[in-house]
Amino acid sequence: MSELQKRQIQLEVLRYNPETDTAPRYQTYSVPCLNEWVVLDALNYVKDHIDPTLSYRWSCHMAVCGSCGMMVNGEPKLACKAFIHEYGDQIKVEPMANFPIERDLVTTVEDFITKLASVKPYLIPKSDQPISAGEFKQTPAELKKFKQYTLCINCMLCYAACPQYGLVPEFLGPAAISMAHRYNQDSRDGGRDQRQEVIATDEGVWECSFVGACSEVCPKHVDPAGALQQVKVASTIDWYKEHLMPWVKK
Amino acid sequence: MAKSNKPIFWGLFAAGGTVTAFVTPALVLVTLFAALGAGMDMFTYESIHAFAGWWLGKLIIFGIILLSLWHAAHRLRVTVHDFGVRADTVVAYAVYGLAGLGTLMTLVYLLRI
Amino acid sequence: MSSKPYVREMSKTTWFLSQPRYKRYMAREVTCIFIFAYTFLLIWGLGALANGPEAFSGFLESLRSPLGVLFNLAVLIVTVYHSISWFVVTPQAMPIQRGEEFVPGNIIVNAHYGAWAVVSLIILIWGM
Repeated sequence: MSELQKRQIQLEVLRYNPETDTAPRYQTYSVPCLNEWVVLDALNYVKDHIDPTLSYRWSCHMAVCGSCGMMVNGEPKLACKAFIHEYGDQIKVEPMANFPIERDLVTTVEDFITKLASVKPYLIPKSDQPISAGEFKQTPAELKKFKQYTLCINCMLCYAACPQYGLVPEFLGPAAISMAHRYNQDSRDGGRDQRQEVIATDEGVWECSFVGACSEVCPKHVDPAGALQQVKVASTIDWYKEHLMPWVKK
Repeated sequence: MAKSNKPIFWGLFAAGGTVTAFVTPALVLVTLFAALGAGMDMFTYESIHAFAGWWLGKLIIFGIILLSLWHAAHRLRVTVHDFGVRADTVVAYAVYGLAGLGTLMTLVYLLRI
Repeated sequence: MSSKPYVREMSKTTWFLSQPRYKRYMAREVTCIFIFAYTFLLIWGLGALANGPEAFSGFLESLRSPLGVLFNLAVLIVTVYHSISWFVVTPQAMPIQRGEEFVPGNIIVNAHYGAWAVVSLIILIWGM
C-alpha cells in the first residue's frame, strides 16, 4: 500500500459577512490536503481547524443532496465532486454565480424555489380514479422517455452557468423548465396545458438561447438544454396549430 | 403571463438554421469558385436563368433565401440583446423588417425571371 | 439576525468574455451576420439575373473583385462553423426513441454529416 499523497493547497475563498461587510472579499487559507480529497473536504478542514466562522452548505458528501454547489476556479461545481487532484495548488472557491450571496459561500435560493413550484412539478392525473381501479401502468419505454430528467437534484449549478438567467433574472431557467418537461413527458400526466401557461411565455422557455452551459455543468447529466429545446419545438407546433389551423382540436 | 408569440419566428429560425447548415457552405463554394473564375462553366447566365425559370427552381431558390433571411434575422435579434442592447422591440422591427424586405425583393425578382 | 444579500451584477456588454464556452456561443451566434449578408449577395445576384445578361456579368465582375473573393472566403469559414455547431446539438433538440432506447447522439450527428456531404455534392455538381 502506497502512502496517501499530501499536498499543501492555497484555498482562496470569497467571504461576505452581511453584518459587517459592505462587499465580499477574498480570504486565503493554507490547507494540508490529501490528494484524494474533494474541495468540500478542504472546506471542512478549514471549518474544523482554522476558521470556524466560514459558512457553506453541505450534507451528503456524495452528489445526491445537491446543497454544496459553488464556483470552483470559476466553474459551477458540487464541492463534493470537485477532486483536489484535478486542480493545481491554488484553488479559488466562490458562491454560485447569478445568486445573491447570503453569507460566505451560502446563496439566497428563494427565487429558484418559487420558480420550480410555479411549473407544478408533480403528476397531475388526466382523470381522478378510485383506488380500486388499480395503479397507473407504464411501459419501460414510457419510463425511459423522461427518466433522465428525474435525476435532477435541484443543485442549481445550471442557473449558475446560465448567462441568460444572470442577465435576465425573470427567466424561469433550466432546471424548472426541464422539470416541467419531465412531467409533460410522463404518460400518466395530463397537466401539460397548465404548465404551458407558465413555460411557453417570454420569461419562460423563450428567454433561452441555447447557450448549452447548463447541460455542460450538470453533475447528473440531466441535459436541461435539450429539454428546453424540445419544449420550444413542442410550443412552436402548438402555436402553428392554434393560429394557422384553429379547426384542429387539441 | 401570456403565452409568447415568439414561436412564429423561432419556427422560421429553426427551419432556416437547418436549411442553411445543409446548403450554405456549398453555395458559398460555388460563388467562391465563380469569383475565382475556377468553375467549370456551369455558373453562367444561361444555366442559372434556365434553373430560375423552372417552377421548381423558383420554389427552391425562394425557400432557401426566405429561410436563410428569417433564420439570420431572428438570431441577430437575440445576438444584439446578448451584446447588451435592451431595445428589443426596435431591434425586432429592424431585423424582421430587413428580412421582410429581402423576401419581397426575392419574390419580385423571381416573378420577373 | 438581519439578512442583507449581496448581489453581484453581470456586465451586460462583456459577460461572454468570462468563459470560453460563452465565447464559443457568441461565435456561433454572430454567424448570423455573415449568413444575412451572404443571403443579400444572393438576392443581388438574383436581381442581376432578372435584369439580363449584361447586369449578370456586372454582378460576376463585382464578385471577382478582391473584396468579393475575401468576403466569400470569410463566409465559407463562418458557415462551416454554423453547420457543425447546428448538427452537433441536433440530438439534444430532437432525440429519437426507438423501442425502449434512445438512438445514440453520435449516430444522429453522423447521419446529418452524411446528408450534408450528399447535399453539398449535388450543389457543387449543379453550380460548377
